[in-house]
Amino acid sequence: MILAAPPAHPGFLSPTGVEVAFLLVGLVTLGAAVVSVTTKQLVHAALWLVVALGGLAVEYLLLTAEFIAWVQVLIYVGSVVVLLLFGLMLTRAPIGRSPDADSGNRPVALAVAAAAAAALVWVVWDAFRKSWIDLEGPAQGSTGVTGEILFRHWVLPFEALSVLLLAALVGAIVLSRKKPEGERD
Amino acid sequence: MTDALDVAVRLLLVFVAFLVLPLVVGQTEHKVMAHMQGRLGPMYAGGFHGWAQLVADGVKFAQKEDVVPKDADRRVFQLAPAVALLPYLLVLVAIPVAPGSVGAVVDAGIFFALAVMGVGVLGSLMAGWASANKFSLLGGLRTAAQLLAYELPMLLAAASVAMAAGTVSLTGVLDAFAWWWVPWQIVGALVFFVAGLAELQRPPFDMPVADSEIIFGAYTEYTGLRFALFLLAEYAGIVVLCALTTVLFLGGWHGPWGDDGLGWLWTLLKTAVLAFVVIWLRVSYPRLREDQLQKLAWTVLVPLALAQIALTGIVKVAIN
Repeated sequence: MILAAPPAHPGFLSPTGVEVAFLLVGLVTLGAAVVSVTTKQLVHAALWLVVALGGLAVEYLLLTAEFIAWVQVLIYVGSVVVLLLFGLMLTRAPIGRSPDADSGNRPVALAVAAAAAAALVWVVWDAFRKSWIDLEGPAQGSTGVTGEILFRHWVLPFEALSVLLLAALVGAIVLSRKKPEGERD
Repeated sequence: MTDALDVAVRLLLVFVAFLVLPLVVGQTEHKVMAHMQGRLGPMYAGGFHGWAQLVADGVKFAQKEDVVPKDADRRVFQLAPAVALLPYLLVLVAIPVAPGSVGAVVDAGIFFALAVMGVGVLGSLMAGWASANKFSLLGGLRTAAQLLAYELPMLLAAASVAMAAGTVSLTGVLDAFAWWWVPWQIVGALVFFVAGLAELQRPPFDMPVADSEIIFGAYTEYTGLRFALFLLAEYAGIVVLCALTTVLFLGGWHGPWGDDGLGWLWTLLKTAVLAFVVIWLRVSYPRLREDQLQKLAWTVLVPLALAQIALTGIVKVAIN
C-alpha cells in the first residue's frame, strides 16, 4: 500500500471525528459478532452476522475504501448470508432457542478464533505501524487506486487466491457427487 | 452553510421522489392493467379517473389492526418491512437524473446500487422465517433460491457496462455514453432487466409470492401498514430497477434533442417506458415454474451475460 506520510505524526491523544466514528462502529461490529456466536437462536445468529459484516463495510468506508466496502456488502450481506439463511430454512430453523445446536468443540473453536485474531492483528499492526491515511486529499482507497494496486503490485497473490477458490469449488462438486458406501454406478 | 443546504435540498428531493414515484407506478399499474383487460379500473376515489385510489388504500391500510402471529419471532417479524423498503431509498440517492442532479455522488455507484438492492431481499427472508407459517417459509425459500440464481447474471451484465465505460461510477457511465452503446450492450440490457425483475419477484417471476399456491409467500401473515410497506417496497423496486437500467444501458439523460436543461425529462421518460413494460409483462405472461426459473437463470442468462462481456472486451480492444 502506498500511504502518504503526513507532515507531522497525528498522534492518538486528539482523535478526529472520523477516528471516533471508526472506534464506535468497531465496537458495534465486535458486539454483533460476539452475539452472533453466543446466541442460542440459529437464525438470529445469521442476522447478527449481517450487522457485523455491515459494520465492517462501514469501517472500510471510513478508511476511504469505497469499492471494497460495497463489494463486502454485495458478497457477504447479499450472498453469503442469504445462502446461510437458505441453508438454515431448508434444514432446521425453529423459532426460539435450539439448545442442541451447541457442540463440544467450543473451547477448541475459541482457541482457534483467538489464534486467528492474534495473527491478523499482528500482521496488520506490523504492516502499517506508522502509516496514516490522509483524509483530506484524494481518496486513497478509490476504485481506480484499488484496481491499480491489485493488478500491478499484488497480481500473484490475487491469482493464487482464485486458484484456491477454484479448488474449493471442485472439491465441493466432488463431495456432493460422492456415492454412499456399497452403491455402484 | 450553503453546502449543507445543498445536500439537504438534494436529499429532500430524493425523499419526495421516493414517496411519489412508486405511487405513480402503482396507479399506472391499476389503470394499464384494467385497460389491457378491457375494464376501467378505479374510477371513483378523488373524482378524475380514480386518481386518489392509492391514497385511499393507504388510509385503509393505516386503519387496519397490526397483527403479529402468536408463535412468530416478534422483533424480526416487525423489523422485516423496514429492511425490505429502506435499501431502495438508499439506491435512489445514488441515481443521476440529469448532469449534476444526483442525490449523492458515489464513486463505485454500480456496486453500491447492486449491493444495497441485494440487502432488500433479506427483508423477505426475515419475513418468511419469522412468520411461523409454512407458506411464508416456502415463500422465503423460493425468494432466496431466486436471488441466488439471478444475482450473478445481473452483476455480470452491469460489469459489461462498467468495462465499456471504464468506470464503475453511474455518472461516469453516462459521461462516457454514446448512442451506439445501445445496440452494443443490448443483450446485457435484456439480461439485466430480466434478472432485476426476478429479483423484485415481479410476474412472470413471482413464484415466491404465487398467490394461488402459497397464498402470498413471505408476506402471508402481514396486515395493515407493515403489509403496505412491503407493497411499497415492490413499487419502489420497480422505480429503482427501471432507473438503473435507464442509466446503465439506455443513456440516461442523453437524447436525440434537448440535451441542455431537458436531460431529466429523458431520464424520467425512459424510466416510465420501462415501468410500463414491467406492468405489461405482468398482464401478459404466465408465471414461470420453479425449475423453469432456475433453468432460465443458469442456462440462458448467465451464458448470455458472459457472451456480452466477451463482446464488450473485443470491441473495447478493437476501438482502442
